[in-house]
Amino acid sequence: MATSSERSPPPFPDSEDQDVLDTEDVAGRDSDEDDGGDLFMGSSNPTLAEVETLLEPARQPSDLLMNPPSDLMSDPLIEPISSQTENKPASEAVNEPSDDFVDLTNNISATTESAVAEIPLDEPSDDFVDILGSETEAQREEVVVTDVTVEAAADKSEVTSGVTDSPGDGKIRSDAEEEAQETSAAPIIDLGADLPASNTQQLPVSDKIADPLVDLLGDPSPAPAADAKKPSGATIDLFEDEGSDLFGEPRQTKSAKQQQKSLFGEADEDLFGEPLGAVSKKPVSKEQKEKSVTTKAAAAVPAGGPLLDSSPAEPADIFTEEAVTTTPSVSNTSTVNSKTNGVHSEEEADIFSEATVELSLDSPRTERKNDVTAKPSASAPTSLSAAASQAKPQSAALEELEEEEEAELDDKFEVLVSVKDPEKIGDGMNAYMAYKVSTQTTLPMFRNKTFTVRRRFSDFLGLYEKLSEKHGPNGFIVPPPPEKSILGMTKVKVGKEDSSSADFVERRRGALERYLQRVVNHPSLIQDPDVREFLEREDLPRAVSTQALSGAGFLKMINKATDAVSKMTIKMNESDVWFEEKLQEVESADQQFRKLHALVESLVIHRKELSLNTASFAKSTAMLGSAEDNTALSRALSQLAEVEDKMEQLHQDQAANDTFSFAELIADYIRLLGAVRGSFDHRMKVWQRWQDAQAMLQKKRETEAKLLWANKPDKLQLAKEEIAEWEAKVTQYERDFERVSATVRKEVVRFEKEKTKNFKRQIIKYLESLLQSQQQVSPSRKT
Amino acid sequence: MTSIDESNKDKLRSVSVDLNNDASLLIDIPDALCERDKVKFTVHTKTTLSSFQKPEFSVPRQHEDFIWLHDTLVETEDYAGLIIPPAPPKPDFEGPREKMHKLGEGEATMTKEEYTKMKQELEAEYLAVFKKTVQVHEVFLQRLSSHPILSKDRNFQIFLEYDQDLSVRRKNAKEMFGGFFKNMVKSADEVLISGIKEVDDFFEQEKTFLLDYYSKIKDSTAKAEKMTRSHKNIADDYIHISATLNSLSADDSTGNKKNLEKLSDLFEKLRKVEGRVASDQELKLTELLRYYMRDIQAAKDLLYRRARALADYENSNKALDKARLKSKDIPQAEEHQQHCLKKFDKLSESGKKELTSFKGRRVVAFRKNLIEMAELEIKHAKNNVTLLQGCIELLKTN
Repeated sequence: MATSSERSPPPFPDSEDQDVLDTEDVAGRDSDEDDGGDLFMGSSNPTLAEVETLLEPARQPSDLLMNPPSDLMSDPLIEPISSQTENKPASEAVNEPSDDFVDLTNNISATTESAVAEIPLDEPSDDFVDILGSETEAQREEVVVTDVTVEAAADKSEVTSGVTDSPGDGKIRSDAEEEAQETSAAPIIDLGADLPASNTQQLPVSDKIADPLVDLLGDPSPAPAADAKKPSGATIDLFEDEGSDLFGEPRQTKSAKQQQKSLFGEADEDLFGEPLGAVSKKPVSKEQKEKSVTTKAAAAVPAGGPLLDSSPAEPADIFTEEAVTTTPSVSNTSTVNSKTNGVHSEEEADIFSEATVELSLDSPRTERKNDVTAKPSASAPTSLSAAASQAKPQSAALEELEEEEEAELDDKFEVLVSVKDPEKIGDGMNAYMAYKVSTQTTLPMFRNKTFTVRRRFSDFLGLYEKLSEKHGPNGFIVPPPPEKSILGMTKVKVGKEDSSSADFVERRRGALERYLQRVVNHPSLIQDPDVREFLEREDLPRAVSTQALSGAGFLKMINKATDAVSKMTIKMNESDVWFEEKLQEVESADQQFRKLHALVESLVIHRKELSLNTASFAKSTAMLGSAEDNTALSRALSQLAEVEDKMEQLHQDQAANDTFSFAELIADYIRLLGAVRGSFDHRMKVWQRWQDAQAMLQKKRETEAKLLWANKPDKLQLAKEEIAEWEAKVTQYERDFERVSATVRKEVVRFEKEKTKNFKRQIIKYLESLLQSQQQVSPSRKT
Repeated sequence: MTSIDESNKDKLRSVSVDLNNDASLLIDIPDALCERDKVKFTVHTKTTLSSFQKPEFSVPRQHEDFIWLHDTLVETEDYAGLIIPPAPPKPDFEGPREKMHKLGEGEATMTKEEYTKMKQELEAEYLAVFKKTVQVHEVFLQRLSSHPILSKDRNFQIFLEYDQDLSVRRKNAKEMFGGFFKNMVKSADEVLISGIKEVDDFFEQEKTFLLDYYSKIKDSTAKAEKMTRSHKNIADDYIHISATLNSLSADDSTGNKKNLEKLSDLFEKLRKVEGRVASDQELKLTELLRYYMRDIQAAKDLLYRRARALADYENSNKALDKARLKSKDIPQAEEHQQHCLKKFDKLSESGKKELTSFKGRRVVAFRKNLIEMAELEIKHAKNNVTLLQGCIELLKTN
């Protein structure tokens, strides 16, 4: 599942907020809209399609996000059709509501298609106007909608039981049963409670909407009038922020996806929960929305049953957070099930049109309002946790991380890598050390449970090169391997079997093992095909670029030098305090670790000295004992000599322990801190690119202004095109920057957690070794 | 200016064994002052002997006074058959002082806390050296006082009683050179007379033993010193590690902070234990070996004096033979020969006694010190174990 590597999830609302503030953002909006289309596809597609097809669409949207928005258009156009065709057989699998579903899905996919299809056109406003025309109809029919909801609430329990029966999976049933229990216990109250709750949230923003909503719930008849009056105002606002939430949500959660287990029961909950959690905000437009999404979800549930085997991880993970919000969702699905189709389809179209109209109007005031509405509603502590986490990217990132962490705990030891049996291959200067890399795993992505390959040192370096090239620029902290040591290796190559070269090999072996373990523990890196290849494949193409004296090595050196120079020239005025603090922290920690390392090294040296001195003292004590003429004293002295001999051994062991578990640990962290700094640098580079693009845009604008003054229409057109191009670039780079920032932040947090755990473990190990040696001292001391 | 008090001294008095068992003459150094290079010892005497004017008195003495006392004893003919207790070594504060200087230079590279700890450590070391110096001077006097013959020495009594400054003249350059020359002659002489056939098996054995033992113990002393220094180095490393960990934990804002703090604490405690191991080893083992190295040197000097007397006797025999042959100055030669023989016999007799008692003393001292050292080491090891266990538990429960 290499999807995650491509899907670096930027907390979307962050950029969204900024987008909103930016008045000239039609393009960005449009793309968001498309994403919305994507989302709908995304929720229906994965469950229905086979594994391969699952991967494909899942990967595409995230790819698309990175591309300029204009590219987005092509994809959604194709997808709705395919999903539509797939929807049908899937929904046919359902016994009771199958007819409804077929229709519904048809409608929905049709509407999404139409909504999306319109966007790529150059003049969207015309089309939207068309849709707006139908909107008025929809408003009229809203009365019917609300009526039906109440009726449906009564029917609900039946329908939900129908849902529970249809799939054969036990888990689903139990989950659904839970839901059914809850919903049947308070069917109407659920709906009612949910909606007023969301009403109150919105009160600060738009008081107008509150009234119609309350009315709607209590007595449907006056509602349509109110609705009809102000459909474009508050409801559109609501839809607006809701939509953005939805857009942000799937992408973020996708990243967490690969971590989690494929419980289908979760899947249906989530599918319901996520859209509804967000949807519950805006009651009027929501209902249609709910229907659209939940119908899909409902269709997905039965479809998922038969497909369960083939689609393991994907659907399950999407939104674990929303388990709480599922209760209203189920009730809603049931209302949907009993509903007639025509109304909804129109309303579906309605939603899209409203949203897009709003965008095409492009009035900064309403947008700002959207922004405002998004925030208070997001911070509301109800079932909108998804929205809340979106609005606060930092907490979202942390939460997500924690989630990941939890998931990690489960599969912490899913991959165990050990590097063993260093073996010298070849002679002379062409000799090299080969290590046996054994992997033990329970991950299904590997073919076997255990496998062993032989790798040489440069292979390890090659792996690092590949990984850092791929993931480094995205802000990932790629664990660094141990450095090349020409001196140490030469010693080994010359072939002296002395202790220092054995020491060197052992040190390197340990470092390599820890390096690999770090790589496989990284949730994203383990997904990389190169890692898998490294662990599994029998013969790996030799990594050439890692040789220190090769041309590639020389190039690398030059690159490094230029990087260093540019690093000095880039003056980044850090906007984020967190990063500033972290960078400082990392740098001071790096310094301290270096110092500590030097100290521990000197401790090791002194320890070795002590061992040496103890040995010589033992020898001379033995001599003294032999010279002693008093037999008792002579015996005591020779005993002392023996003890000192043992002590010498202990000190020596201790020195080795100091080296391997303490000094090496610190050395690891020095390297890792270097990697962390590297990711900070990458972030800075992206920032720099963004700034450059902005400067460029500024320049273009100036030229445009000049041209305007000079009144040269032919060039003006060109200038405008250029501005558009650069605007797109700026947005893109800015988004890149946000994404990298987010990744770096996440990675740093992850790194720190790992560090804490790992450090503690190692220290305990080290102290235990110290303890052991001290325990051995005491009995042997008794002369 | 440093001074030590009485309470610290009991545990310091470890090198010699129960020297003050004779209640008639009790000597100790309750106080000492350090003024630049000079150390002023206050020698306190308590006695029941009638040869002293008062039963209790204190006098200020300097290191040079001790040396003078030692030299006069060595030069006294009558004491040739005795092992003259080795003179205390010159107070040497250069080591700690130099280190202090170095520390001052390296102050910039260290954190304040680290610096203070290092300084404390050095001060402790300095104090230890100081105490040791006082102790060896005290032991010297105590050995004299406990010796049946030497305690009656007039110079010794003057040294103890005369309440003014002895104002012993410093050795001038010529005398220094003379002393050096004398040493040269002595060692050359030792080589020369080593060819003389030993008449007594006891001395023959004793001589080979002492020579052998001396070289061994010298070696051991050097090695033990090195070992002790290594321990000290490790303790110093612990200081730095602890300080660095501390500053790391100060910078750290994650969950690691606590771990680092704990670790830093642990190293600080380990440092103390390690430092104590070093100082105990120094005191119990190295000092012992050092002292007996000097003592053996004194015993060797006795053997040399006896061998010299033997050589003199043989020479006088030859001279007598020659005189008889020439029948000239016979009574003179005879007298000389008799004198030499008497001297040699006397030397042999007292030497035998001295060496035997020396041997007993040595064995007792060794045993006592070794046992003490072993106990201390076990104690420290146990301390370490509890410290480590505690820390591991703390870390694990976190």
